[in-house]
Formats: sequence, C-alpha cells, structure tokens
Amino acid sequence: MSATTSITKAGGHSSVTRLLMRNHIWVFLALTVVVFSASSPYFLTVNNLGNVLTQAAFIGILAIGMTMVMIDGEIDLSVGAILALASALAIGLQDHIGIWPAVFVGLLSGAALGFLNGTLVALSGMHSFIVTLGGLIGIRGLVFIYTGEDALMVSDFSYTDYPEIYLGPVSLTAMIFIALALFFQWVLSSTRHGRETYAIGDNIDAAHDAGINIKRHKIINFTLCGALAAVAGILLSMRLGTAEPNAGKVWELWTIIAVVLGGTRLQGGYGSMWMTIGGVLTLAVLRNGLRLLNTPNYVELMVMGTVLVLALLIDKLLSRQEA
Amino acid sequence: MANPILTLSGITKTFPGVVALDKVSFDVRPGEVHALVGENGAGKSTLMKVLAGLYHPDAGEIIYQGQPVQIDNPLAAREKGILLIHQELSLSPELSVAENIYLGAWPTNALGVLNKRKLRRDAQAALDAMGCSFGPDDRVGTLSVAMQQMVEIARSQAFSANVVIFDEPTASLTDTEKDQLFTTIRGLQAQGVGIVYISHKMDEIFELTDRITVLRDGQVQGTVTTRETDATAVTRMMIGRTLEAYFHKADSSFGDEVLRVDGLSLKGQFEDVSFSVRQGEVLGFYGLVGAGRSEVVETLFGIRKADRGTLQWHGEEIPLPSPRQAIDLGMALVPESRKEQGLVLMMGGMENTTLPHLASYARNTVMDRGKERATFDEYKDALSIKTTGPEQAVATLSGGNQQKFVLAKWLCAGPKLIILDEPTRGIDVGSKSAIHTLIANLAERGLAVIVISSEMPEVLGVSHRVLAMAEGRLVGEFEGEAMTEENLIDAVSHHLARPAAE
Repeated sequence: MSATTSITKAGGHSSVTRLLMRNHIWVFLALTVVVFSASSPYFLTVNNLGNVLTQAAFIGILAIGMTMVMIDGEIDLSVGAILALASALAIGLQDHIGIWPAVFVGLLSGAALGFLNGTLVALSGMHSFIVTLGGLIGIRGLVFIYTGEDALMVSDFSYTDYPEIYLGPVSLTAMIFIALALFFQWVLSSTRHGRETYAIGDNIDAAHDAGINIKRHKIINFTLCGALAAVAGILLSMRLGTAEPNAGKVWELWTIIAVVLGGTRLQGGYGSMWMTIGGVLTLAVLRNGLRLLNTPNYVELMVMGTVLVLALLIDKLLSRQEA
Repeated sequence: MANPILTLSGITKTFPGVVALDKVSFDVRPGEVHALVGENGAGKSTLMKVLAGLYHPDAGEIIYQGQPVQIDNPLAAREKGILLIHQELSLSPELSVAENIYLGAWPTNALGVLNKRKLRRDAQAALDAMGCSFGPDDRVGTLSVAMQQMVEIARSQAFSANVVIFDEPTASLTDTEKDQLFTTIRGLQAQGVGIVYISHKMDEIFELTDRITVLRDGQVQGTVTTRETDATAVTRMMIGRTLEAYFHKADSSFGDEVLRVDGLSLKGQFEDVSFSVRQGEVLGFYGLVGAGRSEVVETLFGIRKADRGTLQWHGEEIPLPSPRQAIDLGMALVPESRKEQGLVLMMGGMENTTLPHLASYARNTVMDRGKERATFDEYKDALSIKTTGPEQAVATLSGGNQQKFVLAKWLCAGPKLIILDEPTRGIDVGSKSAIHTLIANLAERGLAVIVISSEMPEVLGVSHRVLAMAEGRLVGEFEGEAMTEENLIDAVSHHLARPAAE
C-alpha cells in the first residue's frame, strides 16, 4: 500500500509566510508601536509600556475566557455584567466575612453564572448569543439590586495595596493577565479539553461522531469564562477601591473585538491565546497612543472602529490567499 | 469460505409512513469487498446508519464476530472495529492529521494532558501502514480531498477495524486518486478486513468487489457473486418492476416543434445530446442517478454553461440563454430539490405562487392583493392543493402539496415549455397521481413538457416518447410500442457494461 505518494498537498506557501499569515495581528501591533514611537516621545518608555500592559489586563483576562468559548463556536455577552457582580460582591462582603472569603465568593459567583450560561446553552440548544444576552441584562440588574444603585466603597484600604505590587514596571494585575494567558494557551494546545474544544468548533458533527462529549466541553468553557470575568472584576475592584454598578459596561464588546482582531474565528474552530494577546495589546496600544497624542475621545472611537474593520479585512484577504 | 465477520438478519427500520428497511439480511466476510447497490431511496444509507450506530433498528439482529451486539452510537461502532468512511468527510480541518485520526480517543495522562509523542508515533504508524506521503503534524485543511480520505481510512489501522464501510468514496476523486484508493482498499482486504462498498458506478463495482447485494424499496433483491453476473443483471435487479400505478397519458395532438437541441455538450457532465420536443408532447428522460439528465436541462435553462451545442426555439436558432432569458422565452424548470431551489418555506402559498412574477401583480409597485388572491384560488382549485388558506406557510404542507405550489408558481407565468425534474420524488401516492394527471392536462393545453424521472413506470406511463441516458450520453429513444421496461433496461445497462475507458 504505497501508491499514495503522487497525491500532492494543497496550498504552496512556505512555513514562515504561513506563520506570518496566521499571526498577522503581531505584525499589525509592531506597526502601531513604530508609528506611535515616531509620533510621541512619551510612548516608547518603560513606564508607559508598563501602563499599557496594566490597562490591557482587564479586557485581556475577559478575552482569555472569551477565546475559549469562541473556539467552541459560542459567544458570551455576559462577561461585563459578571465582572461588575464579582467586583461588587468582593467589596460589599469583605466587611462581613473578611477580604479573602469575599474574594472567593466573588470568584464563585462568576464561575456559577458561567456554569449556568453553559448549561442553558448545552442542554436547551438555545443560541449562546440569546442566553448570554439574557445574562447581560439580568446579571446587571442583580448588580444594581445588590449595590442599591450606588458605588460600594472599600473600608479596609490594605485591599487596594495589592495592585501596587510591581515587578520592575510590570504590575501584579499585568502579571496575572500574562500568567493566565500562558496557562490557557497551554490548556488549548496541550490538554485534551483544549484540543477537543477546537474539534467541536471546527466540525461539530465529526466531533459528535467521534464520541466527544460536546455538552461537557461547552459547559466547562462557559464556566471558565465566567470565572475569568470574576477575576477581572476583583482585580478592578482592588485597583479602584470601589465597585461601580456600571463597571464593565460594553466591555463584552471590546472583549469580542480584541479576540476577533487577534484572528480567532467567530464561527469557532480556529484561534489561540497568542492571537488574543496580540488583539488585546493592539487595542490597548491604539488607545494609549491616541491619548498620548491628545486625540479627542470621539476621534479615538472613530479611529478604533476603522482599524478594527481594516484589520479584519486584512484577515479575510490573507485567509483567502491561504486557501 | 470464511465465516462472516458481520451478519445482519431481518433488520427492519420504519419512519413515519415509510418502511425504510424491510427485513434486510446481509453479511460481510473477512477479506471480502461486498458491494451494496440500489437506486436513491432504496435503503442503502439507512442500512449504513444502522451499522454505524446512528439509527437503531426496530427489529432484527446484528451479529458481529459471532456475538449478537447492539451498536449504540458511532463511537461504539468504532470501538468494536466497525468504521464508516463518510461521503462528506468527517474531519476537523483545523486539527492535525494525528489528532483527526484519533479524534475522541486521544492518549492523555490522568490530568487530561495530551501525550503528544504517543499520539504522533501511533498516527505515524497508521500512516506508514497505509503508505501515506503526508505526516501526522500536517493540518488536515491543507490536504487534498483524496489525502483527507486517507486520513479517515487511516482510522482503520489506528482502531484495528474489522469492517470498513465506504459510502460512494470515489464521488470527488480524480482517476489517479481512484486507482490509489482501490490499491488501499485491496491492502485492507489483504489484512482480512471485511469491506462494504456502496456505489452507483457499475465499472467500479465489477472491478473491485467479490459479491453484490442489491436493495430496492428497502428490501434485499438478492446477493450475487460478482464473477457470476454482469451489469445488465444487476441493473435489472436494481430497477425491476415496481407496483403498477394508474397513469394518465395525455390525449393530445402534437403541434409545432418548440425546442430543438443539437450537439449539446458540457465537459465531464454530458456529451453530444440532441433532441426535440413539440407542442402537446410529453418527452420523458430516463436514466440512473448521475446519468446527466438534470445537468442537461439545467444547461438548457442557463444554470450551467454549455461548451458546445445549438438551440432552436420555435424553429429559430437562438444563443444559449441565461436563466432570466429562458424564463422570458417561456421556459419553466421545476427543479428536483424543491426545498432548496423552489420555495420560500416560511412564506404562504399565495406569495410563493406569485413570487417570480411580482411585476404583473403590482400597480405602481403596490401589490394588488385581489389579483394575487384570484391567481391563488385558480391554481388551488386546478391543482387541488390542500391548504388552509393563502397565508399558510408552505413549510407546514405535505411534500405533494409543496410540489404543487412549485408547479403553480411556474404555470402562472404561462410557459410554452415546462421541464419537471423528478416531479414526484418523495411525495405520497395520492399526490403522485394528481401530478401525473396535471402533466397530462398541461400537454393537452398545448404545452411542451419534459419529464425527468428515475421511476421507470412513471416515465413510461406519462410520456409519449422516452429518451434513455447513461453516463452523459443519449443511449436510446423509444416511442409507441417500443416503450417497454425491457428496452429501457437494455439501453441503459448495455452502455454501463461497456468498459469505462471508451
């Protein structure tokens, strides 16, 4: 049985071109860095880059969970609301049960709501867009009820010291983001759960026929996504010392933008944490750079909207080339 | 003779209103290639899905390696060593070859961390056993279709399959790739694997298989040894004689020629097709699936572009039309897949009927509901369509009534030639006979009608003249006394029996 040698492989790009094509966001990020370095003397400084990393961390941690869910071919719109709830619980409860138990309850609430999202999606067959849209509205309502529509203030200010821990220019928040991103990249590439997540998003029928437990994987990913949103919420509450009921509003959209900008496919089956980090950093660099240039807020939004469409257009053209 | 490795006995599977499999018995021996043939709807795919664990039979027994077994799902089938190679490949293009081969059964440690080294090594061994030129790390999406098929077949090595079922494996392969596939299949055969080979193509079946089982209408017509039979006999078993039905042949006088086709060719689909049809005449097109019948009429209608050929419309030579031009000339094509091409399922019957002709139902772009309603009522009565009213979504109607709305839609344009592609496929007997009567009425009103059908009694019953097609060529024309099942079978099967390299 050796007659198959003359069957040739499709597509003729070298591995380097392919690598660049599949990680175009990093090329794009390098370009923006070059442009801003040239146009602002304050941009390319260790301090500023450290700040960019910290600013990127919140959307970044949300984006990690979103990437897992999106590779499964689903979406989670409730992450912003879960972030607000976790942050409110962590601050609101700490006077009653202590800082770390309150943080734990905050995390648990995120994981539990994520589990609920995942269970509803997996068992009811409803589209996750609808389920988590309900979550987005309902959980936000819960936050308002809990906070009584006012911002909760922290009373033990040792809580706000944690974000002041720095390793050189890198804040604890940024370190947690990077560590989580690396860990989940490993989960995606080296664990059975990670690879089966791809298999499900890529060809759900093939995955089903191969006996992969689709529902379980989806529930796990939604739970992770909820728990990660809670992590971001708790880090935000430490940084601000308050819990705003409106915290994280429309952050789910920025998160989706960052993930898609990175190159992870909305329909599922394709993407990685590397891409997501690239997307998150690109958004953060753009925002930081435009502010350093004193760009008015509305112009900033216009530029970012244009960049997003442009980046996705490039992605579309590249993937057409590759095919 | 070796004992069968897999035996099905008395397998019955019913769906609401249909007996898909009726006491089917079938067996596969180790090292044998056993062909499963039959026309569309004969029950091949149902039988295959039973074997793969996708359907559970209502009655009957599956005996595998001497033991009665129950196959609960595709994974269970694979673990037992029964592997189905899908026609639509069941792979994840973004994953690697190794990951795809072992999809759902990846080696991990207790924490769920993949053992990539073992995965790659095992996959490499499976690929080596098949003589594949690509590696375990290649992404499946970058491989050609033939290579992707090899990835699926490599699962037979990885899971030590005892039975491999191929469902029309050559459908999207080139000739070279097909030869390589056959080499692979013979290799599996040499390992003692029992192979079930489902195909429409007689030349492949006679080249590759040891035995042939013919299914028709959910029943086994017989199992024969390939060496002791020929294509004619097998075709006869496949088509055979089905229940006699009442057919209404149009009692019409033929008028002028409406359409004449000369030397129409489309590479890879059909060659040198010439025929003509007159006013009041019903012209039948008979052939097995894949003979090129649908492709010919789609080309007439401009859906496909012909390489060569001329068209005369009412005696005048015209360029090959686009679909819009074809409609304007007065052609109507009622396609085979009415759900995909014929109807907007969420709309009501009235809106579907007038959809292609909205301009003639509008006054200054505002729809004339009264006129629409009148048209709807006219066709509802003429075709005796069972619907609760003009608003009932066609999705909720039976197949027969849906088909009548497709017809109504085209008829209200007042065509001069109407082409019906498998007009009665998948609809109940009562609606069938209503459609047959309608065909006769159309011809009696002076329309030229072309009917494509795989059902021999139907095509013989409604047509004045029948053209037989096989493998893209016209292989016979029958009229009057010559219109018999025997003649049609002979025409079609003699062509099939000839070597493919002609």
